[in-house]
Amino acid sequence: MRIKKNIAVSDTGFLFNPSTGDSYSVNPIGMDIVQLMKLNKENDEIKKAIMNDYFCDDATFEKDFYDFTMVLRNYKLLDDE
Amino acid sequence: MSKPKYTIAVTGLNAIDSPGPGLAIIRGLRDAKSFDVRIIGLSYEALEPGIYLHEYVDKTYQIPFPTAGQEVLFERLTYINEQENIDFLYPNFDAELYNFIKLQKQLENVLNIKMVLPTLDQFEERHKINLYEYGLKHGIDVPKAQPVYNTFEIPAIANQYGYPVVVKGKFYDAKVAYNMEQASQHFNKISAQWGLPILIQAFVRGSEVNVCGIGDGNGNLLGAVPMRKLYITDKGKAWAGITLDNEKLLEITKNMVESTKWKGPFEMEFVKTVEEDYYLLEINPRFPAWCYLTVGAGQNQMEVLVNLAMGKKVKPFTEYKIGTMFIRYSNDLIVDINEFEKISTVGEL
Repeated sequence: MRIKKNIAVSDTGFLFNPSTGDSYSVNPIGMDIVQLMKLNKENDEIKKAIMNDYFCDDATFEKDFYDFTMVLRNYKLLDDE
Repeated sequence: MSKPKYTIAVTGLNAIDSPGPGLAIIRGLRDAKSFDVRIIGLSYEALEPGIYLHEYVDKTYQIPFPTAGQEVLFERLTYINEQENIDFLYPNFDAELYNFIKLQKQLENVLNIKMVLPTLDQFEERHKINLYEYGLKHGIDVPKAQPVYNTFEIPAIANQYGYPVVVKGKFYDAKVAYNMEQASQHFNKISAQWGLPILIQAFVRGSEVNVCGIGDGNGNLLGAVPMRKLYITDKGKAWAGITLDNEKLLEITKNMVESTKWKGPFEMEFVKTVEEDYYLLEINPRFPAWCYLTVGAGQNQMEVLVNLAMGKKVKPFTEYKIGTMFIRYSNDLIVDINEFEKISTVGEL
């Protein structure tokens, strides 16, 4: 799962899609996930990094990560569509 | 090296909820690096705000409405030129363009006033009524549309396209109708204001994206900036927008300019579907009111157009800053009644 290359991500969690003009805000965890995706990390690596930084159990991560990627997909921010 | 100073006349000084492009063009001209300007405003009505914005407009003259005809317009421009010695003129309203295109040679040969405008054929060909055929001819997707002269003709077309349909005036205004009753209401309202025929167009769902650009008349695109409307008023005007990174849109624009050999400024209005197909809704044969965004994004297209007319070497723009935004605002000008009196009675300010 990859974030589209042209999506700009700022340090404050502001995402900008230059081909549609749409912009979004993500919270700090969302920003960490997006940054990891930009680095082409695999899902397992993202999971490991997030669980290392935040207090969270496996099942909660899986569910929330799935929801988050669904949102990214709906907004056409992922490369795999 | 000293810069030349040009006297440039500009129309479209209204800055209301459906603003003319005049003030945006003037801002672009005042930002020009290659020349200085003296701006002459050409107004139709005494309440056009640009008349009173003296930091932008040096002097304003009233000109006759387009319905008065070319002869009266030429006479008035002759008088204004005697006072101001105009180098270049920017007509900015669709309704006045026909007269200015017809007068173009005369203005250049007799008064030495230059303009960069589309040819009469280019101007006529892209009219809303002809746009579907225009798209077929130049390889651009355009929503199917048919002109109607009576509400009785609507059901057959609407059944063919399926509701909703777009009911459009031949010059201005467009409304979406979800049933026959709404279509009739829109037909009556728009035809009362803008005349017949009315256009019934297939509705294409998507977001509105526009391109502001210039063609040199030889098939070369000198500049183009795509923009998506972020905030749209009830009149369909962009109140905020952002420049886009959109190769496909630029390609369509380049092909249009190459195929038509378009001369002068233009605005192409598209609907982008979720499948990322682009349907052309309109070509405006002039700069749009949001054209100052092109300056903000690094393409001073207004400056280039003047230099093109002055025979200067013009290099096509190859880039612009993606993600540049504009946000329009309104303001209340405080005006002395003496100024209003002067423009109303003498026709000059």
